[in-house]
Amino acid sequence: MKKRILLDSNHTKIMLRRIAMQISETHGNLDNCAIIGMQPRGIKLAKKLLELLTEITKNKKIEYGELDSTFYRDDFRKGDKFLIPNSLNIDFLIENKIIILVDDVLYTGRSVRSALNSLGDFGRPLKIELVTLVDRKFNRELPIQPDYVGEEVDSRAKDIVEVIWAEENSSPEVWIITDK
Amino acid sequence: MEEKLSVNHLLGIKNINQNDIKLIFKTADNFKTVINRSIKRVPSLRDITVANIFFENSTRTRVSFELAEKRLSADIVNFSSTSSSVSKGETLIDTVNNILAMKVDMVVMRHPAPGAAVFLAKNTNTQVINAGDGTHEHPTQALLDAYSIKEKLGDVKGKKIAIIGDILHSRVAISNILCLKKLGAEVMVCGPATLIPKYIGSMGVKIEYNLQNALKWCDVANMLRIQLERQDIKYFPSLREYTMQYGINLQTLQNLEKEIVIMHPGPINRGVEITSDVADHNQSIILNQVENGVAIRMAVLYLLAMKKTENVKN
Repeated sequence: MKKRILLDSNHTKIMLRRIAMQISETHGNLDNCAIIGMQPRGIKLAKKLLELLTEITKNKKIEYGELDSTFYRDDFRKGDKFLIPNSLNIDFLIENKIIILVDDVLYTGRSVRSALNSLGDFGRPLKIELVTLVDRKFNRELPIQPDYVGEEVDSRAKDIVEVIWAEENSSPEVWIITDK
Repeated sequence: MEEKLSVNHLLGIKNINQNDIKLIFKTADNFKTVINRSIKRVPSLRDITVANIFFENSTRTRVSFELAEKRLSADIVNFSSTSSSVSKGETLIDTVNNILAMKVDMVVMRHPAPGAAVFLAKNTNTQVINAGDGTHEHPTQALLDAYSIKEKLGDVKGKKIAIIGDILHSRVAISNILCLKKLGAEVMVCGPATLIPKYIGSMGVKIEYNLQNALKWCDVANMLRIQLERQDIKYFPSLREYTMQYGINLQTLQNLEKEIVIMHPGPINRGVEITSDVADHNQSIILNQVENGVAIRMAVLYLLAMKKTENVKN
């Protein structure tokens, strides 16, 4: 087992700001947009992005929600994992809104698939975009691609890529755990 | 919190621990948000078939289980003894094994004989959820009652709950006592001496024969139905006398110094254990209990279905 840092917090800080700028370039002051963090690991990132976007756009009323798609996962009863849901908190209508879905690592794409299905049960958004801090682009099992990426990482399927938030309100570090 | 149930069947509250109860409540919170949105269905149990086997009449429990299963996308078969071959003399195991041979994954059963669910779990190869077995247990009712108390009062721990009425014939009473005690509540039973079982004190509950004293003591009054269908002898002189001694009317409720929560597992005999104005009062959470019933049953089905994979793999 070998643990190695891929991105330190200075690096991710710049990256997060860049992603926030890209989002505001595309969507202006985010009037018809909503940031939705994916439970459990996308939440901190989504909150951070919301903070940055509020600062950049001066819009203090950007809609924010947290989505749990445990009940839509395709690995229920398929492995050793026990899928216990997290809280779900979307207290606005998503109908005809632009949804910016946020998760920390995009890996097989299966979580995003379940999130898309789950969102479909809340209504019909105008558009759904995907933000991810780390894109493990060679490990995809479904045709899903992100719209905003922090960093593309080449990794093998058995590696573990982790986003670690050492301190509240700081920027995260990205680590990779390999067997060599 | 341990993230799985300690049991493979839900046979009674007696068999599960505090962690199981808390896990069921936590999962039920999530399902409550699901059943309150416009599309009330999630795909979790789409590869599971559940048989609802009812050897006794039921409205709430049966509809509630059926809705819970449908909202989890399970396939359902319904079976009631009156319209089946049970009336031709088929035994319980034969009936269930025949249903299981048609590839059913889970059985939800209500039966008039105490221990029927345990018997089924031991003798067949399926997951069993007890939806009431005679005068023994009714675990999902106890779970939804405790969940409703938690929702209304914030916590169950330290709360005083009086269970009032026909304790002797009530599976709801037994399961409620076990569940509330496991969650750290104080429990009292109240009713005519003839309807209080002799050894109920050994379950760690207070016994009170006077309704007024019980109401003054408690935060929550759970009113049970007089189960005339199980009473083969007379336990009290008349229903009218029972109502005068143990029925709650609006006056009784308003005379109390504090607000207490009124619960009833249904079906209500309006005008017997509680009058209509109490049943429909804003202190009554009877319909919240019914709503929570679906969320609790979804949580139980979901968590048990997850255990099945583990068994198959082992």
